[in-house]
Amino acid sequence: MEHIVIIGNGIAGITAARHIRKLSDKRITIISAESEYFFSRTALMYVYMGHMKFEHTQPYENWFWKKNRIDLVKGYVNNVDHANKKVQLEDSSISYDKLIIATGSKPNKFGWPGQDLKGVQGLYSKQDLEQLQENAPDNKTCKRAVIVGGGLIGIEMAEMLRSRKIPVTFLVRENSFWNGVLPKGESELINEHILEHHIDLRLNTNLVEIISDENGRAKAITTDKGETIECSVVGLTAGVSPNVDFLKESGIELGRGVKVNRLLETTIKDIYAIGDCAEQHQGIDNRRPIEAVWYTGRMMGETLAQTICGNQTEYKPGHWFNSAKFLDVEYQTYGWVFSERSKQDHEAHFHWRHPKEKICITVAYHKDTKEFLGINTFGIRMRHEVFNKWLTQKKEVEYVLQYLKDANFDPEFYKQYETEILAKYNAEFNTSLSTKKKSLKRIFNIA
Amino acid sequence: MKTIKYLGLVIFLVGLGIFAATPFLGNFKVDQKGFDEIITSQGIKSEILIKDLSSKIINKDFSSSTFLAPVLEDAIERANATHIKNKEWGKKVYATGDNMAAAMRKSSSYGFIPENKGIMWFLTFGLGIIGALLFILPNIVLLGKKGIKNDGIYLQSATNRGLVAWLVFFFLVSFYIILYFFSEYAVNWTFLVDPISETLSGNPAGHWFVYGFMYCVVMSVMAVRMYIKYRHNMYQIFRTTSVLFFQIVFAFLIPEIMVRLQMPYYDFKNAFPLDYDFFFQWNLKDLIANGGIGIFILVWGIVLTLVIVPIMVYFFGKRWYCSWVCGCGGLAETLGDPYRQHSSKSLFSWKVERWLIHAVLVFAVGMTLMTLYSFFAESSTVLGIKTQTVQNVYSLLIGAIFAGVIGTGFYPIFGNRVWCRFGCPLAAYLGFVQRFKSRFRITTNGGQCISCGNCSTYCEQGIDVRAYAQKGENIVRSSCVGCGVCSAVCPRGVLKLENGPEEGRINPTEVLLGNDVDLMDLVNKK
Repeated sequence: MEHIVIIGNGIAGITAARHIRKLSDKRITIISAESEYFFSRTALMYVYMGHMKFEHTQPYENWFWKKNRIDLVKGYVNNVDHANKKVQLEDSSISYDKLIIATGSKPNKFGWPGQDLKGVQGLYSKQDLEQLQENAPDNKTCKRAVIVGGGLIGIEMAEMLRSRKIPVTFLVRENSFWNGVLPKGESELINEHILEHHIDLRLNTNLVEIISDENGRAKAITTDKGETIECSVVGLTAGVSPNVDFLKESGIELGRGVKVNRLLETTIKDIYAIGDCAEQHQGIDNRRPIEAVWYTGRMMGETLAQTICGNQTEYKPGHWFNSAKFLDVEYQTYGWVFSERSKQDHEAHFHWRHPKEKICITVAYHKDTKEFLGINTFGIRMRHEVFNKWLTQKKEVEYVLQYLKDANFDPEFYKQYETEILAKYNAEFNTSLSTKKKSLKRIFNIA
Repeated sequence: MKTIKYLGLVIFLVGLGIFAATPFLGNFKVDQKGFDEIITSQGIKSEILIKDLSSKIINKDFSSSTFLAPVLEDAIERANATHIKNKEWGKKVYATGDNMAAAMRKSSSYGFIPENKGIMWFLTFGLGIIGALLFILPNIVLLGKKGIKNDGIYLQSATNRGLVAWLVFFFLVSFYIILYFFSEYAVNWTFLVDPISETLSGNPAGHWFVYGFMYCVVMSVMAVRMYIKYRHNMYQIFRTTSVLFFQIVFAFLIPEIMVRLQMPYYDFKNAFPLDYDFFFQWNLKDLIANGGIGIFILVWGIVLTLVIVPIMVYFFGKRWYCSWVCGCGGLAETLGDPYRQHSSKSLFSWKVERWLIHAVLVFAVGMTLMTLYSFFAESSTVLGIKTQTVQNVYSLLIGAIFAGVIGTGFYPIFGNRVWCRFGCPLAAYLGFVQRFKSRFRITTNGGQCISCGNCSTYCEQGIDVRAYAQKGENIVRSSCVGCGVCSAVCPRGVLKLENGPEEGRINPTEVLLGNDVDLMDLVNKK
């Protein structure tokens, strides 16, 4: 029986394992040093915040793995010996017929002085969570925390610490939060929202040094503005990079991550890489070569299971989509909406923002053809299927705005803003479009 | 703000303490006249009992903490033994000790409580309401910006099965035990709400009136908490307002006013088989004896269960009943909301749930068929089994212990929908309709789920919502009461309660939206 060994029990590895099991009877082994069972990394923040217990982050009950004949091994892989088809653990080795590398990411550290002090940490793994619970159990132990890096994990960490009433200073390199990704209007909305949550947001500010106390513990940081900020915890959240250091000697071609082709094969036969740690030779469509996103990890797992079970399938992600939550504001995106910094010439934006609430949308379209390119929504939920269809059908921006009610996914009785949105569009472009009534028929006859 | 909150907590606890002590304060003394009235009203014809009790009760001063029921029970048993031996069937006593004891206390208590009903109401209900509101209202400010407010739920004793939770458990269970089995101790409570009862129905309050009134008060106060906690979520606000309205107007006010108008006491929204004694002989007789209105209620009750309930479930799912209308649901969604995370999500509990709730449904329907047979055939037994016995067993095990003591008492430990999930026969019936013939579903939004588990954690019905959402499948489960909290707590906008075409409502999916279109078609084609 063919033995499939998977390194890493995150969403990519687990999805691959589940799908291989559905399609075949192969022997499956998953190796992880992080946790005994699969848990949802994205939910770690809720454990610290007291919304959940750790066990709630585990999507499958513990008996699931045995029942599905998926062997779980707890251990750290030191090396991959592809000549002998073996992975080397600390005190044992496991032979494989096919190997899937799904080791995810690790937090970036940019060589800041003091970055390895006690009280300095990232937020990625289960161990990071445990460390944070120790470092910042309450606002007496942790008088202030400084977070360095204005991305998704940074704002999550700020939210976590604020849930225990710990004062937070948030250093962001850019002049507006996440504006390498978000267009200006949205980025500003989030800046305001961060301040509403009493987070001390410092834009345009870089970390210079983390200062140690006499016990090797962080006691303050200094910024490039010449300020010294006293703190007990420093969160390093300046992005992540592939967790592939253990493969340096393996002979597998590495870039920043493990280089893979569209079949998710590495340069060595029978070894594959999926999820955060995989690096495409060439980004697919507008995507980056490394996609550290939950959904793409899952999709690669789904795809690779097909290939491994005899149905050779290229990784062909469909239309881009993503979501996040910034404190209280939910964010969804479908298709491509680029920030001012990275958008191409043909991409134009229409932006609407609610006069009082933290609600806004940005629609990207082609300046000349008027083709709808993508949408970002803040505080309004949208229906994935509908946007997927519109993107496939290359609808024009005016079509999308007129039929926007079909795409609304907010709970029942929520106030809807399609009319206001279209009114603004009409005013800006001198048109007289009107919103079309929501149609269950259109929504549900999608296929 | 924090100070106000803690002050509120202290005031509330004082009110609660006085309320808890009330049953044991004061005295009662039955005089000859009061004694005679009770003998008449209880329909007692046994001289043996009357003589026995006269010597033990009349003009004796009892403290309220005296446990009188066993004394009476004893006397009744002895009297009946003699009557049975002498075949004096007409003299056999059917009254229960607890009822008699309650009646005696009601008519003959004296002292501060019955003489100062208004003050006592204020010291118990009044302080409770003021304290609770002072505790809850500062949250408008303290909770900060609107949004999901679940911070610290698993870090606090009260909501993480800690000591506070066990104390609440103990209090609730004790309260229900007194209510169902030791109503003589509830008599002092009835004095507090006599003026309200007299205004509504014209009659002094019984212990069920205390319960009904308290139910409304608790729901109203905890609804304020819901309004604050979910102030960003119109569905929650709508739903809370709806259950509150049906509880206060339909379950509490209308039945009381009907009594004042010489009509039968009836809750128009309480559908059979939740309303399990609707077809009991005494009820049918009572309804028929009441003429026009009685017949109307009889027809309404049948139409409600057989026509209105299933049609509404077809269009809206069982949520229209379970979380917009029902009283049990109403308490669960207000008082029970802080405990919703305790329902078990394991596959094992799901199995237990299905066996248990369907067994109760079979029990309820079987009992009702026996009852109807007995009614029309005028026979007290069916196949040798006494109908009355089956009814008594159901009333005790299901009506009192399951629905009351366990259903509500266990909120802080097993979550707020124990009864609705494991026991309610109406929920089982609605569940069939919802599962097999309904437009309702919780739609999963394509591939957006990140498996975080907030939905499953906060599902009060113990549905592992995430198990469906992470596969891109809609959630169509018979037990879902459509509270909408899974959708509310989802950080990624994945879940939406909605009514739509039946076609495609259940959509097994293996590869999720977002991946290769051909692969999706290949794998998902069934």
